[in-house]
Amino acid sequence: MTEVNGPPIDLAGWSCPLPLQDYPAIVMGHGGGGRLSAELIGNLFLPAFAGTAHASVLQQLGDAAVLDLGGARLAFSTDSYVVRPRFFPGGNVGDLAVNGTVNDVAMTGARPVALSVAMVLEEGMPVDELGVIAQTMGAAARAAGVSLVTGDTKVVDAGKGDGVFITTAGIGLVPAGVDLGPHRVRPGDAVIVSGPIGLHGIAVLSVRGGLEFGADVRTDSAPLNGLVASMLDAGLDVHMLRDPTRGGVAATLNEIAASSGTGVRIVERDVPVPDAVRAACGFLGLDPLYVANEGRLVAFVGADDADRALEVMRAHERGTGAVRIGTVTAEHPGVVVASTGIGGTRVVDLPLAEQLPRIC
Amino acid sequence: MKYLDEFSDPELAAAMLDEIARTVTRPWAIMEVCGGQTHTIIRNGIDQLLPDGVELIHGPGCPVCVTPLETIDRALAIAARPDVIFCSFGDMVRVPGSSTDLLRIKSAGGDVRVVYSPLDAVRLAQANPDREVVFFGIGFETTAPANAMTVTMAKRLGLTNFSLLVSHVLVPPAIRAIMDSPSCRVQGFLAAGHVCTVMGMGEYVPLAAEYRVPIVVTGFEPLDVLDGIRRTLAQLEDGRAELENAYPRAVQPEGNPAAQAVVHEVFTTCDRAWRGIGTIPQSGWRLSDAYADFDAELRFEVTDIHTEESALCHSGEVLQGLITPHECPAFGKECTPRSPLGAPMVSSEGACAAYFQFRRLEVATA
Repeated sequence: MTEVNGPPIDLAGWSCPLPLQDYPAIVMGHGGGGRLSAELIGNLFLPAFAGTAHASVLQQLGDAAVLDLGGARLAFSTDSYVVRPRFFPGGNVGDLAVNGTVNDVAMTGARPVALSVAMVLEEGMPVDELGVIAQTMGAAARAAGVSLVTGDTKVVDAGKGDGVFITTAGIGLVPAGVDLGPHRVRPGDAVIVSGPIGLHGIAVLSVRGGLEFGADVRTDSAPLNGLVASMLDAGLDVHMLRDPTRGGVAATLNEIAASSGTGVRIVERDVPVPDAVRAACGFLGLDPLYVANEGRLVAFVGADDADRALEVMRAHERGTGAVRIGTVTAEHPGVVVASTGIGGTRVVDLPLAEQLPRIC
Repeated sequence: MKYLDEFSDPELAAAMLDEIARTVTRPWAIMEVCGGQTHTIIRNGIDQLLPDGVELIHGPGCPVCVTPLETIDRALAIAARPDVIFCSFGDMVRVPGSSTDLLRIKSAGGDVRVVYSPLDAVRLAQANPDREVVFFGIGFETTAPANAMTVTMAKRLGLTNFSLLVSHVLVPPAIRAIMDSPSCRVQGFLAAGHVCTVMGMGEYVPLAAEYRVPIVVTGFEPLDVLDGIRRTLAQLEDGRAELENAYPRAVQPEGNPAAQAVVHEVFTTCDRAWRGIGTIPQSGWRLSDAYADFDAELRFEVTDIHTEESALCHSGEVLQGLITPHECPAFGKECTPRSPLGAPMVSSEGACAAYFQFRRLEVATA
């Protein structure tokens, strides 16, 4: 066992920049992708993981790391999938686990090559159900053009898991000359989403125990590496890509505004929200901007290339619904502002934790 | 989308704003009673688009915000019991009690579940006969029929493991309390449309007459709210004080008699403490004696409640419309949605949270 160096972590000492001491135990919100998640990473993991050769890569907090390995640049990402229920309209935890990691790798501009798969199975999990999940994973990998090359299986006692937890890690190669990231985002950049938002989150909620509602919504879960490749191959002036998964488009825009030191202004009416998503959000008291997507990307593109970017994206099957939703601005750095449907403005804040259905 | 797009149409909104601008000749202060309307106003920036001098005062109509601390502490004590499945609406789980909240009770092992429909709690009681299932029945008249139905349903099913922790509040006594307050600046009301969907408009006729104040029953989409404001201002400029219905697609003058019947069967009127405001006579509902068996307050003996409000929190003044959220010294400093001192910073219907989420920019540059 590795010896722990240094003094034990003192919760009371976490005062900067965001305190944590009022949450001495993990709450669900620490995994929600909002402020609580950011605090946990910034205050607990980053200091603990410091001092390694490539620690500066971790500090960038991208969905994937890009490692310069003497010429070749390797994109590397990992994610765990704990969705409940395991099956939902249009997909299951299996294709989610493949597409999610493929997309995280692809957002660096890399061509994803291979994935690892680690399964934590709960005693009692039906094998035929696991078989369906595995088949789906294989099909998703073939569709994305990546290989599942290594893996691990563990079983935990009944009651100690949620049927199956899947962790995938993926690697890919970043083509020469491709350099995407918040450091390249500039005022004037066009902000483009690749299609209608909110479908995945609403599809899962629509079948979640205790909340079932009839909605004609299927997850948008899909691999985006093909779309990314077509954008880069077309020579578009792409500055940054991000898939707006947990926390939705709002969390993604906030993260990019913060890490690039710019402001983002979106036009609420231009954000593509399918009717069924809007209706479900309406009665649940949710905001579609905060609902998860699994087959969409947000692109920051140089101002002069915005129209061509839309053309190129719409020509690809994963980007037919691409629309421009906003612009990067030098004003209000770190803050996302929306022009509302009737001509007012509001701040689009980073969510604190998961959204909670409202009372009425 | 039908029934949504029509009510946030930018051209209709511009036309309505023009009409408002032409109507107004002097400053007016209007209170929107309901937190859902506050949310619409701030989220869409409606208050920024009104003529100078037209002030919107945010009323006490956020149900989780006004639920008394003593009731929340009682809920937390019940939720922490190992034999209990505690069910709540989602936005209640982060509301701070004296020392903790439902999310932390859950994190410490309590079985706290967010349900969308109160009837889901009854189903949980059916499915878990060896556990006590408690539903936190809060809210205004809007949520009361569904909450009342849980009890009639549990009774019909013969469930002995279901109970309701009730803290219902009523709009008309709150309007009366606001108008009776010596510091009252409110000259007109947007009444809460969904409350009137249940209760009808009859209760508001004497209020408009007695206090000589326009009351306009108003909906929740941007154009609904603008239309409510437009009609209220027109009345004020004309010197009228009438009850109007600006939400006829949902509100019938007589309300929903079936819903009223179940509410009146299950609940009885009582004095109720409103968090941040104080006790308002005859302003709440509790379970009637015939349904006392389903009253969680009686079923679970909770002693040792010592409520302690934050000394820094001015949410009472916010809820009474005496200050706007960012005039509170703790706003955005000691009090944020991540560490709220008062309930209005928690719920998306709470005025403080709405200002924090949507108005940070102008607050920061003010």
